[in-house]
Amino acid sequence: MARALINLPRTARRGEVIEIRTLIQHVMETGYRPRADGSVAPRDIITHFTCLYNNEEVFSVELAPAIAANPFLSFSLVTAESGILAFTWTGDNGFEQTETRSLTVT
Amino acid sequence: MRRLALALLLLGATAEARESSFALMSPETQAMQREDSANPGMLWVEEGRALWESAGCSGCHGDVAGMRGVAARYPAFDGAPIDLAGRIAQCQEARQHRIPFARDSGEALALAALIGLQSRGMPISPPDDPRLAPALARGEALYRERRGQLDLSCAQCHDANAGRHLAGSSIPEAHPTGYPLYRLEWQGMGSLQRRLRNCMTGVRSEPYAYGAPEYVAIELFLMRRAAGMALETPAVRP
Ligand code: HEC
Ligand code: HEC
Repeated sequence: MARALINLPRTARRGEVIEIRTLIQHVMETGYRPRADGSVAPRDIITHFTCLYNNEEVFSVELAPAIAANPFLSFSLVTAESGILAFTWTGDNGFEQTETRSLTVT
Repeated sequence: MRRLALALLLLGATAEARESSFALMSPETQAMQREDSANPGMLWVEEGRALWESAGCSGCHGDVAGMRGVAARYPAFDGAPIDLAGRIAQCQEARQHRIPFARDSGEALALAALIGLQSRGMPISPPDDPRLAPALARGEALYRERRGQLDLSCAQCHDANAGRHLAGSSIPEAHPTGYPLYRLEWQGMGSLQRRLRNCMTGVRSEPYAYGAPEYVAIELFLMRRAAGMALETPAVRP
């Protein structure tokens, strides 16, 4: 499993805008880079990221080959009720990773 | 007399204002280093934390917080000059009887980053061990020696031309304050030795093999030159 870092407040007030930052370990190999032997390294990138808030999609992004390794994503959302945030990265070669964090809304 | 001259020289060097390459970076790259949540080096630190348990380090050393200050006083002397990466490998080889993680492998960098982080913000404090003197002198000589097809010494760039530009990048003063660090150009984590290899191939000279005593000697000199500066591990560099 890839290492991932997720930064968000543990508690927030209802209706508050919170910032979420995610960082995940991934090579993001573009598919254009020649290797030492002249062959081209096959593409291996994360293609999609979503954040579900109590099973409802609140943020998603398509990632492209020009994005740097170990992609950092930062976004904000408006809190509604306490619950679970689920972060999923999917990509080439069957890459799929989900991390969850709980959020208490007061 | 020579010893006095050397002491004065070192005093002169420390009294001069020195600057980490951090100061030369764009505000965006500085923010990336400053914010743990945006610093990709922290991914290696996290991996290091997992390895600290799974590779059995905690069994003898307990909480990694006990490693506070350790990274600030390497290279040290143990039969020969030894750097922090060498020390970790020594624990694996001599005390755990296993094959150590290869130098600059993800695992070795992860453990070094975790241990380095315990000393973040602390002043670099080279040990006052007279047995290190010959290697320190050798390190300084290597630093001043011209090398490669470009026939340039480290000092010609990092002392004589520090702060000036070379093909789009600023020439820093070459203080080893942030290793292992995340370099954007590498798209990954790397050790001081990897950085030194880059500078050696940059002047078209043959770099020494990973783990060579020459690197430890150069590191000894660079750490002495940077004594008192704050450790930044895991730093970010362009
Ligand atoms: C079998 C016990 C044992 C295990 C397991 C072990 N070490 Fe050690 N380690 C030692 C001893 C003993 C020393 C020497 C302490 C001294 O010299 O003061 C040491 C020294 C060190 C030092 C230098 C500390 C200093 O103050 O200079 C580091 C860094 C270190 N170990 C890292 C590791 C890491 C990383 C691992 C896991 C891969 C590990 N060790 C596994 C016993 C162990
Ligand atoms: C031709 C000029 C040049 C020479 C010669 C050179 N370097 Fe460098 N060095 C650079 C540049 C430029 C950088 C910064 C690269 C960047 O940020 O992209 C650098 C970076 C470094 C760093 C990284 C500092 C940090 O903050 O991480 C160290 C350490 C270093 N050099 C040491 C050396 C040593 C030791 C030698 C001699 C073996 C050497 N350099 C030779 C130009 C040079």
